[in-house]
Order: sequence, then structure tokens, then C-alpha cells
Amino acid sequence: MPAIDSGDTGWVLVCTALVLLMTPGLAFFYAGMVRAKSVLSMLMQNYVCIAVVSVVWVVLGYTIAFGSDVGGGLLGGFRFTGMAHMAEPVPGYELSIPPLLFAFFQLMFAILTTALISGAMADRVRFGAFVVFAGLWSLLVYAPLAHWAFSPSGWMVQSGMLDFAGGYVVEINCGAAALAVAIVVGRRHGWPREAMPPHSLPLTLLGAGLLWFGWFGFNAGSALKADGLAVQALVNTHMAGVGGLLAWIATERIRNGVATTLGAASGAVAGLVAITPACGYLDTLPALLLGVLAGAGCVLAVQLKYRFGYDDSLDVVGVHYVGGVIGILFLGFFATSGVNPAVAHEGLVYGGGFGQLGRQAVGVVAATAFSFLATYLIARAVNAVIPLRVSDEDEDTGLDQALHSESAYDFGSVRSMGRIG
Amino acid sequence: MRLVTAIIKPFKLDDVKAALEAVGVQGMTVSEVQGFGRQRGHTEVYRGAEYTVDFVPKIRVEVLVDEADAAGVVDAIVSAAHSGAIGDGKVWTVLVDEVVRVRTGERGPDAL
Repeated sequence: MPAIDSGDTGWVLVCTALVLLMTPGLAFFYAGMVRAKSVLSMLMQNYVCIAVVSVVWVVLGYTIAFGSDVGGGLLGGFRFTGMAHMAEPVPGYELSIPPLLFAFFQLMFAILTTALISGAMADRVRFGAFVVFAGLWSLLVYAPLAHWAFSPSGWMVQSGMLDFAGGYVVEINCGAAALAVAIVVGRRHGWPREAMPPHSLPLTLLGAGLLWFGWFGFNAGSALKADGLAVQALVNTHMAGVGGLLAWIATERIRNGVATTLGAASGAVAGLVAITPACGYLDTLPALLLGVLAGAGCVLAVQLKYRFGYDDSLDVVGVHYVGGVIGILFLGFFATSGVNPAVAHEGLVYGGGFGQLGRQAVGVVAATAFSFLATYLIARAVNAVIPLRVSDEDEDTGLDQALHSESAYDFGSVRSMGRIG
Repeated sequence: MRLVTAIIKPFKLDDVKAALEAVGVQGMTVSEVQGFGRQRGHTEVYRGAEYTVDFVPKIRVEVLVDEADAAGVVDAIVSAAHSGAIGDGKVWTVLVDEVVRVRTGERGPDAL
């Protein structure tokens, strides 16, 4: 095990905090897009992921994701159960940071990925059922997929599939899971006939800004060192967000005649999603190009739910799944060892042929199939014990009052509110 | 006595209020309302999905006046609220049989 480096440790400590902030950022990004009667429930689902996933990760999730492989690159062993043996190196890594810091940096990814799914079932899910689902999902879907694509002994890493900061593990994973839960939970009443526009775009834009800020930690922190690769990853992250923002609003301007603030926020997120797997393997200009492709691709992809009739309320599939696939496949074209010596096979434009594109595509199929099927089964199982869906009456009232006995906004109107307890 | 009700464009409220004060009206009630007449609503776009919003915001002004003053008050509102564009609103009056001032118990025109 290399010596602990204070610069690297300091950087990853900061990145851990940055990635934690992404979950509140996501909570507000999502909360602005839901209706005024279910704002708190959306915030609550995201915040509770911080708590639930942390407990699951510390007890079992981390060791399944990053413990020594128990066979075939599918699962880690139980040596790190309950954060035991943290003085030992993380299997397969040559880290200059304490293993406990690595474990907690990775925890923040597990929290965010689980929270991302909540956008697909906004305004209609019971809180208790969501808590159970989130805990099980982080253990049974996130941790294994993290082992496959992040742990050096995982089968996807062993097969040469590239995922720097979570294209398979975070974006495709949450997107495929979102589709599964949207199908299990069903549509909101009235969707798509009835308009359900965002209730507060300022909250959404604030959330998108916090996500962008935190994404520097997510992507550049995934270098796990404070070095040139971290700098390149940060630069690529930023330029892809920029490209996504511009491409989304330009596409909107052409299709709908207007550039919208929701489009700017969504486009930035789409670009940031796509660069996540690719940020440590690309040069700067390809990163900008990737952001542009993701911004334009996702603005078209978010229309698909109307064609297929699934109520992925906040477009987790259209932005995260599609953006993640674009980023993962882009590596087949533009990954280069000139940026990162870990790239074993150059992308197509660097003369590497179609090999890497094929590997990346196989990974898309595997991650999608596993995440979708496993999530579908978990959601059905939870639903059989604790119904995921609220009653029709509660859905109509709004989840804030029905589930949490609170209101997000009190404008001092005539409510005749008196204290009884 | 008559109740004069006017539906006007929100940005005309200050002009209407000034015009009513100029003809001696001493009180009014104002509410934010929504609706449509010949002027239809507008379109909003969220992530490429277009929505029509049929109801447009308007202001409802209500004034209680003596029978003799009603025509002058209506004229004052119409001229102040007029812009000539579609959606300027409407003004109408209805007969009122009784008005009571809550503080003093005065009834009829004395309560105006």
C-alpha cells in the first residue's frame, strides 16, 4: 500500500463533502418540478436516502461493492462488514488515501444514485414503502453493480469496459431502475392528459447549480488523487455541462420557438450525466462535443415517455439513462491513453477500431438488464408487503399533507389554523 | 343603490383607482381573478411539452354607489381601463336592496 498522501487525502475529503451536497441539490432540482402539494415529500425522499443508504452501506453495502471478489467479478466478500479491517488496503487499488475515506467517498455515490430514482415516481409513493425500497435497492442493485464496474476485480472492469465516475453504476443504473419503478407504480392520475407543470423553477435552477458544483467532486474526485488527471476530469465535467446547456436550449429554440430556464438546467445536467463515465478518459474538446450530443439527445429523448405511456415524472430515463448511454458509448470513439494510461484500447477516432465501442455497448446491455430486472423484482416485492402507491384520495390531496402533515408554502391565507397540541 | 363590478387588465388598476377617486368614490374592493373572454390564454413549454393556459389573470373591482352616481362611475372605469386591445374587460352593474355599515349600523345610502 502506498504511503498516505496529505494532498490526495485533503482533496478526496473535500470531494466527499461536495458529492454529499449533490443529494440536497438533486432534492431541490426535483422538488421545483413537482406540484406544490407534494414538494416536501420529494425533498423528504431524497434526504431520507442520505440516512438509509448510509446505514446500509456501512453495514453491508461497502463490503459487497469493494470487498475481495468472491468469484467471477460479481460480488465482494464480507471482510469489510460494518467497516471492519479499514487498516487494510482496498482490494485491487493502489490508493494514497485512507481506505475509510475511500469507503465514505463511495457512499456518497450510493446515496445520490438511490435518490435519483425518486424522480420517476414523484407525487404518488408512500414514504414508508419508499424507505424500504431505497434500503433494499442500495444493497441489492447499487452495491453489486458498483462491484462490477468500479472494483478492479469486477467483471466489467476486467473486460475492459470504461466507467470513470459512474456511467454504468450511477446513470444507466438509476435510469433503468427508474423505468422499472415507473412501470410498477403506474401513472399519476390524470397524466398525461392533465398538465402537471413545475411549481417552482427557481428551486430547480438552484438545485441544478448545486449539482453542477458538486459534480466537480463526483468526477474529479474519482481520480482519487489531486493530480493532472483530476484537473482534466474537472475541466471535462465543466465543458460537458456547458455544451449540454447550450445544445438543449438551442434545440428547444428550434423545436418550440423558445429557450427555457428548465431547458438550461436540464441541458446542463444532461451534459454532466454524459461526461460522468468519460471525464477521466477524454481531451477537452471531445468533452464539449459530448455535452452537446447529450443536451440535444436528451431533449428529444424526454418526449419518448409520451409515446410509450410510462409516467417517468421527472425524466430520469430521458436524462440519466439516455445521457449515461451517450457518455458510455462516446468512450468507444474518443477514449485515449493520451489522457489516461488506464485506457487499454484507444477509441475509434484514435485508431483503435470498433473494439472499445463494442465492449462499452455490451456493458450497456448488461447494466441495463441487471438494474431493470432486479429493480422490478424488488419494487414488486416491496409493493406486495407495503403498497408503494398512496390512496387516490391522498394523491389528490397531495403527499405533503397526506403523508407528512405539513405544507411547503404558507402565504398566510385564510386557513383558521389554531394550536391543539 | 348599485354594485358596479369591473373586470380589468391588472396593469390598469392604478388608473382605474385614480379615476374612481376623481369622481368621488370613497371605497372599493379589489380581487385577483382569472378567466377568459374573447382574449384566450397563452402557451407554456416545459421540457418540450407544450401546455395551453386558458385563464388569464385579471383584476375584479367592486364599488357600491348611489343610483344617481352609477352611470358616471361606469364611464370613469371604462375610460380609465380602455387600451383598445382585446382583453380590456367588462363593466356591469346590478341593483342592491340593502347596505349596512358594520361599525355604526347605518343603512341604505347613508352606509355608502
